[in-house]
Amino acid sequence: MSFSQQELQRYSRHLVLPEVGLEGQTRLRNASVLCVGAGGLGSPLLLYLAAAGVGRLGIVDFDAVDFSNLQRQILHSEGDLGHPKVDSAKRRLESINSDIEITTYPTRLTRENALDIISAYDIVADGTDNFATRYLVNDACVKLGKINIYGSIFRFEGQVSVFDASRGPCYRCLYPEPPPPGAVPSCAEGGVLGVLPGIVGSLQAAETIKVLLGRGEPLIGRLMLIDVLRSDFRFVKLRKNPKCPVCQLTPSEIELIDYDQFCGVGRGEESEGADLGLEVTVVEVNQLLKQSDRDVCLIDVREPEEYAICRIDGARLIPLGELPRRLEEIDSTSEILIHCHSGGRSLSATRFLRRLGYPRVRSVKGGIDAWSKEIDSGVPRY
Amino acid sequence: MSTLVRIPQPLRKLTQNRAEVEISARTVGEALNQLEQEYPGLRDRICDESGEVRQFINVFLDGEDIRFLQGLGTPIADGSELSIIPAIAGGSQERER
Repeated sequence: MSFSQQELQRYSRHLVLPEVGLEGQTRLRNASVLCVGAGGLGSPLLLYLAAAGVGRLGIVDFDAVDFSNLQRQILHSEGDLGHPKVDSAKRRLESINSDIEITTYPTRLTRENALDIISAYDIVADGTDNFATRYLVNDACVKLGKINIYGSIFRFEGQVSVFDASRGPCYRCLYPEPPPPGAVPSCAEGGVLGVLPGIVGSLQAAETIKVLLGRGEPLIGRLMLIDVLRSDFRFVKLRKNPKCPVCQLTPSEIELIDYDQFCGVGRGEESEGADLGLEVTVVEVNQLLKQSDRDVCLIDVREPEEYAICRIDGARLIPLGELPRRLEEIDSTSEILIHCHSGGRSLSATRFLRRLGYPRVRSVKGGIDAWSKEIDSGVPRY
Repeated sequence: MSTLVRIPQPLRKLTQNRAEVEISARTVGEALNQLEQEYPGLRDRICDESGEVRQFINVFLDGEDIRFLQGLGTPIADGSELSIIPAIAGGSQERER
């Protein structure tokens, strides 16, 4: 239990808390936490766990630092642009606390590697940005008997809970199935207030530390709902689902599945779009728009805020949500090309119009982002 | 009899950006029907074709999941609060959208 003089000073504000003390600080030093994602949620989470003296931290992230991250991912700096997030995260955390051990995994968490990686840690903190990885983290944690500290954000709202299947519900008890792709916009599409992950990730850090200390009342069986726009913090009760497809099984019965398929994302959806002739490339769009004899109608289904940043000349703005009541603005006899930021919302709009009987409607693959990259670099990217 | 319904951010497009709406209903199912009348399209986002609450959405009456009460038949007392909580995935990285 011995701490050096320097450590005693470093952790003095913890050591004087009766709920922590030397014993609690020793627990933190002997503990290990895996953080999945070194972005918005992972940033404050890892910073506080490192500062608190959690002895061993693992970081899983396959991504590189991008300009659009710096608005909220406070682990990373301008000098880290283009470099792996796990590298800048490790460097930053080591600069705060050189006494702790940090292991990085510059990879996606997959069903092949999840059990190996997670089994080496006491607790998992979920700071991912997609449903497939969230279900994977949950199922692997239930199988391995690990506690999953859950946090999620969207625009101005956040959710926090602690899933410990041995004592309470798991993520699947709360959401047995994921929403269909496109039903819930991503942060990239819907936006997120930069400070929101700071709040939610910090709450995850607090829950992690409480669980490690065995103190207080962790959010087991409770879901915390945060709305920073309304300054509203609320709680709802969560119960273990007696029909839960995962936490009602024994560990050996739990099998990790193809989560991309489960969530309907990835190649499946793309190839479906291509197979059915639902998509058109930006190169073809460019050719079609140049042919003056062609009757082409280009529709932009993004939001007005996005339209204000950049647009393709001649496109008519009809946000996806307004499409059903603005159909009269679309000439069903012309060739209809629909675009959004990167091709997801426009594919939904295309399917919607096809169902209504519009025969000549296609979605612009890759959206205005592909247009900026391949056709007109004068169109700003965001 | 009035019930406060809390609308989550992803569904506020359908309620003219209102975060809270007042309705008057005797059961949760009735409340959802009434929401649909006032805000067309809202019920479809919450319930599937068979009329059940979608698997990625939870409806809480005064902080209790209606799945563990009497589902859509759960009676609503005066002054109750109904919360609609959808799954959100946002977090760290930004994947291909």
